Amino acid sequence: MATIDPAPGTLPKPFKPPVVAPGHTPGTVTDKISSVVLRRTPKWWYIGFGVSFLILMVFLVSVSWLLLKGIGVWGVNQPVGWGFAIVNFVWWIGIGHAGTLISAILLLLRQEWRTSINRFAEAMTLFAVACAGMYPILHLGRPWLAYWLFPYPNTMGMWPQFRSPLIWDVFAVSTYATVSALFWYVGLIPDLATLRDRSRKRVAKVIYGFFAMGWRGSAAHWHNYETAYLLLAGLATPLVVSVHTVVSFDFAIGIVPGWHATIFPPYFVAGAIYAGFAMVLTLAIPLRAVFGLQDFITMRHLQNMGKVMLATGLIVVYGYTMEFFFAWYSGNHLERFTFLNRITGPYRYHWFALIFCNAVAPQLLWFRRFRTSPFWLFVISIIVSVGMWLERFVIVITSLHRDFLPSSWGMYKGTMWDWGTYIGTIGLFLSLLFLFIRFLPMISIFEMRTIVPGGQQGGEYTDSPGEQA
Amino acid sequence: MDILNPSKGKCGAEAAAQPEPARLDLETVRERLREKRGNELWRSLDDLAGTPEFQDFLHREFPRFASEAPEEMTKTDGVSRRRFLQLTSASLALAGLTGCTKQPNEAIIPYVKQPEYIVPGRPLFFATTLTHGGYARGVLAESHMGRPTKIEGNPDHPASLGATDVFDQAAVLTLYDPERSQSIVHNGRIGTWGAFVGEAGARLRALEALGGEGVRILTGTITSPTMAAQLQDLLARFPNARWHQWEPAGSHHGRAAAQAAFGQPLETRYDFGAARVVLALDSDVLTRGPGNVRYQRDFARTRRVRKDNLQMSRLYAVESVPTNTGTLADHRLPLPAPEVEVFALALAQALGVVSGGGAGAGDVLADARAKRWLPVIAADLKANAGAALVVADEYASPATQVLVHAINQALGNTGRTVFHTAPVEVIPANGADQVESMRQLVADMNAGRVELLLMLGGVNPLYTAPADLGFTQALQKVDLRVHHGLYEDETSEYCHWHIPAAHELESWGDARSFDGTVSLMQPLIDPLYSGRTAIEILAVLFANRADATSYEVVRDHWKTLLVGDFEAAWKKALHDGLIADIPATQLPPAGASMAGGAAQAAASAMVRSLQQVRQHPGMVTLRLRPDPMVGDGSLAPNPWLQELPKPMTKLTWDNALTVGPAMAERLKLVHEDMAEVTWNGRKVKAAVWVLPGQAEGTAELTLGYGRRRAGRATGLGFDAYPLRTTQALWNLPGAEIRPLGERYSFASTQNHHALESGAEEIPLAGNEAERRELIRTGTLEELRRHPDFIQEEREKPAPDETLYPPVEYKGHAWGMAIDLNVCTGCSSCMIACQAENNIPVVGKEQVLRGREMHWIRVDRYYSGDMDDPRIHNQPVPCMQCENAPCEVVCPVAATSHSDEGLNDMVYNRCVGTRYCSNNCPYKVRRFNFLRYSDRDTPVLALLQNPDVTVRMRGVMEKCTYCVQRIEQAKIESKVENRPIPANRLQTACQQACPTEAIVFGDINDPRWEVTKWKADPLNYGLLEELNTRPRTTYLAKISNPNPALEAEHGDH
Repeated sequence: MATIDPAPGTLPKPFKPPVVAPGHTPGTVTDKISSVVLRRTPKWWYIGFGVSFLILMVFLVSVSWLLLKGIGVWGVNQPVGWGFAIVNFVWWIGIGHAGTLISAILLLLRQEWRTSINRFAEAMTLFAVACAGMYPILHLGRPWLAYWLFPYPNTMGMWPQFRSPLIWDVFAVSTYATVSALFWYVGLIPDLATLRDRSRKRVAKVIYGFFAMGWRGSAAHWHNYETAYLLLAGLATPLVVSVHTVVSFDFAIGIVPGWHATIFPPYFVAGAIYAGFAMVLTLAIPLRAVFGLQDFITMRHLQNMGKVMLATGLIVVYGYTMEFFFAWYSGNHLERFTFLNRITGPYRYHWFALIFCNAVAPQLLWFRRFRTSPFWLFVISIIVSVGMWLERFVIVITSLHRDFLPSSWGMYKGTMWDWGTYIGTIGLFLSLLFLFIRFLPMISIFEMRTIVPGGQQGGEYTDSPGEQA
Repeated sequence: MDILNPSKGKCGAEAAAQPEPARLDLETVRERLREKRGNELWRSLDDLAGTPEFQDFLHREFPRFASEAPEEMTKTDGVSRRRFLQLTSASLALAGLTGCTKQPNEAIIPYVKQPEYIVPGRPLFFATTLTHGGYARGVLAESHMGRPTKIEGNPDHPASLGATDVFDQAAVLTLYDPERSQSIVHNGRIGTWGAFVGEAGARLRALEALGGEGVRILTGTITSPTMAAQLQDLLARFPNARWHQWEPAGSHHGRAAAQAAFGQPLETRYDFGAARVVLALDSDVLTRGPGNVRYQRDFARTRRVRKDNLQMSRLYAVESVPTNTGTLADHRLPLPAPEVEVFALALAQALGVVSGGGAGAGDVLADARAKRWLPVIAADLKANAGAALVVADEYASPATQVLVHAINQALGNTGRTVFHTAPVEVIPANGADQVESMRQLVADMNAGRVELLLMLGGVNPLYTAPADLGFTQALQKVDLRVHHGLYEDETSEYCHWHIPAAHELESWGDARSFDGTVSLMQPLIDPLYSGRTAIEILAVLFANRADATSYEVVRDHWKTLLVGDFEAAWKKALHDGLIADIPATQLPPAGASMAGGAAQAAASAMVRSLQQVRQHPGMVTLRLRPDPMVGDGSLAPNPWLQELPKPMTKLTWDNALTVGPAMAERLKLVHEDMAEVTWNGRKVKAAVWVLPGQAEGTAELTLGYGRRRAGRATGLGFDAYPLRTTQALWNLPGAEIRPLGERYSFASTQNHHALESGAEEIPLAGNEAERRELIRTGTLEELRRHPDFIQEEREKPAPDETLYPPVEYKGHAWGMAIDLNVCTGCSSCMIACQAENNIPVVGKEQVLRGREMHWIRVDRYYSGDMDDPRIHNQPVPCMQCENAPCEVVCPVAATSHSDEGLNDMVYNRCVGTRYCSNNCPYKVRRFNFLRYSDRDTPVLALLQNPDVTVRMRGVMEKCTYCVQRIEQAKIESKVENRPIPANRLQTACQQACPTEAIVFGDINDPRWEVTKWKADPLNYGLLEELNTRPRTTYLAKISNPNPALEAEHGDH
């Protein structure tokens, strides 16, 4: 179903801006998106990639030092055994959620507006999971033995300990990473073929051709492709819920007050989607401006994402409220103390900042003025990303730093190596992102073609630039 | 692999290119060394080391060093002997030469087992002696294949009864300390023993004609009968020589008080076992001083409340600074330091010991509460006359101590709970007053009358001498200055000769304990760093016994004294660790009576000084005290002691100027801020620690820190000695304290960041501890009325409140119980655990980050008002939970349950997620965040307990209930085909505990003490409402308040 300019008077209420700006044909869509990849590398890309790569080198240095000296270069201690590494792990995993949600669930729900953002949202997912996946390994005391967490036949005759949520994590995250990668790659195949056909350089033709796996756009190809894509979407859908549920078990299964709560799974999933959409916005707004993709990533997309953020943000706020309510309602002194300590203890400023970022600031999204302003959306999305990081910090650190025995209370502070590793993964993320936008179509060409006038639902492989159906 | 598996390639080619030197292989080296023994071996290695064959041998055999050594050698133009030996010693040890242990040549007698067969892997225990401030404690040293690794108390020795204090436990680390001085130093260069004996001997021969004029010997307090005899002989031969003594933390005031009261410097000792009511006046008698371990044991036995024994003694503590003793008090009254002394005066008046000068009893007191307490305490003491005990601080003014002697005498306690005996220490001819002795010495040095000064036994007057004497300047006027000690220190720097001392575990010797019992010192190992004993030096220099060994000197001394068959008696004495019955060496109580008028004179003196005190309201008294961990500073280089949290502050690696909360506010002193202390124009800067429970008007700074030349201890903390003068050794009235505003950071193991997170953390922690019922308390009266009150308070979930099937422990079920009623918080358990379990030291910076590694800790909580809190100690080892929260969360099953109920930790399997630690409600798990174990210093490898794994970086560790001891006991029982005898198996913490507060054993077996304790109505588990089902449980802390004071004291 293509969206065209509706006749005046037939506007649905409320007004829905179009998914693609008027005037586009499958040909212009293909031109516009593939030209980003196929024309000469712009200068700013080198600068952007260079800066990202430099930040990535911070990661290299931080991790080398970490492996050389041990986990003690970080700020973790007794009683705070988990610090930035776990905070960042959960943060990155959460960010990854939007990609899968957009790709899978919105596909199944036939929300066609997803089309222009799903590709880079998926890429973002993949890169975020790559960043996240490193933390559980790096945070180990003996990271070189991380493979012991996998159930593999070994001379020790040992299984991992299946009661531990960390083992569930291993499965959840690795499954998620695999399915996300497959989903992304399968979705790329028709576009890789387009690039193969359009690129003029031999090397590019060979490489794109290799990865296009001989795609010729035949009906059989399309048939198989559609089936595979739908199946993968079906597979990925439960993952949206399961991954962060399992991640939340890392905490909920523990007995630490502030962790041990049944509300964690839904509250973490909502938080993840919240953070994920914030990150999609953070990336989409500058990208559409730089590449002039306002026609494809329209205000309608931005607004929709704003709405999703508002909805999930409210779920998260509900989660916060319930945590406090049940701490009080349980009558359990330890629970009450922990939550009182969050708002009055030494980390109270983190908590206040978290409430501002996650609960107060997004309320602006009730107003269309803010929802339709890319600037404000960008600002809010950044605030939410910070807020979600703080949320994980508050959960992990304030719960641990004053738990059961007051004699063991302590404080936690990230060291320069904690920050180096964190900022370093941002460098990794950005570097991968720059490579992605340079070498792959950041918007799904063939799917876009299906939603402009002249395109067909289900897609048809067309190659000639000016061709119109 | 690099040592044992030489790679042939590169080295072989090099060797071929050079002219072939004579081949020397391991066999030849062994051959050459075969006939040599002990010290000779090392000499022959020296000889060998120079030969080209040997170098070649090294090159070929040890390619690991082949890359290193030539560079080093060419740099120094040939073989640097020092470096060469450093490199080779470890390799040679591996090559099968007797390198790792040095057995003494003389026969030494094991305590329990005969030494004919040393079974590898099985330790032997030898009775020997360690001294602190000159006083002995009999100990058993555990020796693994000739390496002493652990100190236990000698159950037969009256000063130990099987327990130890922190200093005993730390001794093994000092023994191996690579920072100990390792060679004789002559004017800053390496010297030889021969040269020293030559120079000093020549000087002595020259002076002998003058009767030894100009010869001075300076030692610490000496209780060794052998050394006493040596000194006596020496002074007979050199009548004009002088022997001076300076023990910085010695009982200077105690001696003076005894002199005033009895006319002679009698020793005072107590029998806490016979005391029903004890009043401690600013005295930490239970954890300080030479008799402390014994006193703790005796006192604890009067406090052990059980369902079948509802009796306990009563302890009052009137103190200015919180002490371990005070934490156990049924009534604790904080008073400013001078007021505590006034309290003694008021008590003496109330009991009619001295006349009140017409005024009523208690009128001298300023504090309203003290006024109310005084008659009650006096009545209680009177009611228990003969079974009461008043203890004064041994650092309190002599007048106070005289009054306390008089009070005890008036109550009839003397002879029942208090005993005065002939002095234990050897008193030199020039009097017992060590301050006076130092003054004379300095005067003589300044007058140029001292030609040879021999400072023996680690005395360090440049650091410890009273500041007003000017010891440093005076010393430089001495012609020949000789220093003998374990370390090169402040004093050795100014000496012509420094002779490394042998550690007590490397020495033959003897010493007396607080009650006079003589015990023998036998070496567990030959001197590691070619140290000499003071006995040897005296024998060689003054007795013309050039090749005398301390073994011969000590043996010869006892030959004349032991009655009956000498060999048998000697063997028995060595075996038992003390000379008990042939003849008994314990000093009998002297029937001394107080000199008439002594008490009254003391009282008048106090009244005079009292007026002065009263004229200056708001006056601050600064107390100087030996540090609870490093004493007078001689123990400062010991990292175990440095990292052991001080009982009250939980401070490590530093001392602090402690002040009470009220005074801090008044003087605007901020916790962890620098302040300047001025007394009589002398100034010292120190950082402030606000200590709850410390009285207004009182500040304390401990001695022993701010060392200027002490290896790793250099510069730690703040030096208090510059304030310490001959006029005031311990109490400095009228000190001024001024905040400086600079920040300082203290590494404390509890409430690490009390300040950062707002000053409220400490009271908050106290309130929370109370709210969470971590320390359950009650009174004796409550217990009598309602024996089950603790049981009824417990929230113990039903055993079926878990999804997992119940586990039945059929064989052994190990458990522990800790009696909070007797724990003084002395921390012996912590350091014993550290020694037993190879627990690394992490350093101040890591403690600041909250990464200390102690497997058992002693938690300290305050309850109530911060100016007058109740203080509790709680030792916390692993609870070995039956439903252990740590086990279910470990992804690799590195911590799992044994069928005997131990929560085992498998280091090899641990990947270091730290999830177990997060999930441990007791936070007893410790993580190797960095590589904390020192694996680079070869000598420290000798220290390690071979039965316990040395953990690597990145793995979790925790208390194991000393599983190595359990396994050993199980193996023995299997071999001997009998069950493990009840109560014989002890954990290290339990064994060291002076108050027997910890018991361990099989809770499936009713014969074990632990089973009885756990059945007691006082038994409860920590946080048991979490359904962790802890195997370590606690017995509630019961107090025995005086009903007359109860109303006033609230819940105390």
